[in-house]
Amino acid sequence: MAKGKRKVPGLNGSSMADISFIMLIFFLVTTSMDTDRGLHVRLPNPPEEQELQDPPKIRKRNSLIVNVNMNNQILVTQGEKQAVEVEISELRTIAKEFIANPEDKVDYPEKHAVELPAPFGVQMVTDKHVISLQTDRATNYDTYFQVENELYGAYNELRDELARKTFGRPFVQCTEDQQMACRQYYKCMISEAEPRTYNQH
Amino acid sequence: MSKFQNKGKAEMPELNTSSLPDLIFSILFFFMIVTSMREVELKVEFKTPAGTELEKLERKSLVSNIYIGKPTREYRVKLGPQSRIQLNDKFAEVANIREYVQDERESLAERDKPYMKISIKGDKDTHMGIITDVKMELRKAWALSVVYSATQR
Repeated sequence: MAKGKRKVPGLNGSSMADISFIMLIFFLVTTSMDTDRGLHVRLPNPPEEQELQDPPKIRKRNSLIVNVNMNNQILVTQGEKQAVEVEISELRTIAKEFIANPEDKVDYPEKHAVELPAPFGVQMVTDKHVISLQTDRATNYDTYFQVENELYGAYNELRDELARKTFGRPFVQCTEDQQMACRQYYKCMISEAEPRTYNQH
Repeated sequence: MSKFQNKGKAEMPELNTSSLPDLIFSILFFFMIVTSMREVELKVEFKTPAGTELEKLERKSLVSNIYIGKPTREYRVKLGPQSRIQLNDKFAEVANIREYVQDERESLAERDKPYMKISIKGDKDTHMGIITDVKMELRKAWALSVVYSATQR
């Protein structure tokens, strides 16, 4: 016969906390918050009728035309020079040289005195340069993206160099005002022409 | 001698930790609920390109997504392997984009409207034709702040 109620031995729950801690950490690590990264671009305003009819005139020396064809080959035409086919890896150097024009060459973009925010004051910058990116409808998106990436990379590197020289620290560590000033020194001027289908005519 | 004499060593009272697991569990559940996986069911496959000059998207509530890629296997039979656009939960045409942008913009608070961003999640192997069409529509809809979604290289 049972001798009344039997006592259930108490369960030791002290390790429960550890177990749930491990689970908590597991979930914290695995569920990525879906951090979305990307290349930020600003599209131009919608085209107006008048603009389409007579596009704004750009002096030859101020223009760098990057053409990506349907076979994903990159053709660069700078000013009056002959068009050359380049690799993606070369594009950044070409763009940097073009944007900054450090030696003030005649066939590179002209420089103008422009009032910039402190501490720059009035500086000679290539404010009229335009990088025109032309693609075919059959161009691969990946190639286009890599080209964009290199072009924006050129601006970012120039700004970074400028920030290091002027403020003594990398661009990303500068204050908002300093970043703004650097941005205006090297203003981003990438224009994307409407795509063409070359193989149709 | 006095009433306040120490009676040997005072024992440290033991802390009751039996509610600790419950506490941790509730944090766990909080995280499991808050980290939402993805809001829309994807009907296109895309593998975003890899880049180096990427920036983080700061406020996700301001971002509207446009997915461009090949239809997933179950839809490929019907739609073919051509790249398609997905807005919200369904396939769309280029002409639908303007309406979509307007709807998304309406859903934002008045002060947030100028900061609206469009994230283009395009597949690497897509052709530029469809992307430029989308971009043109975005320009016409005055949604000029665009992000090409990508992975860090």
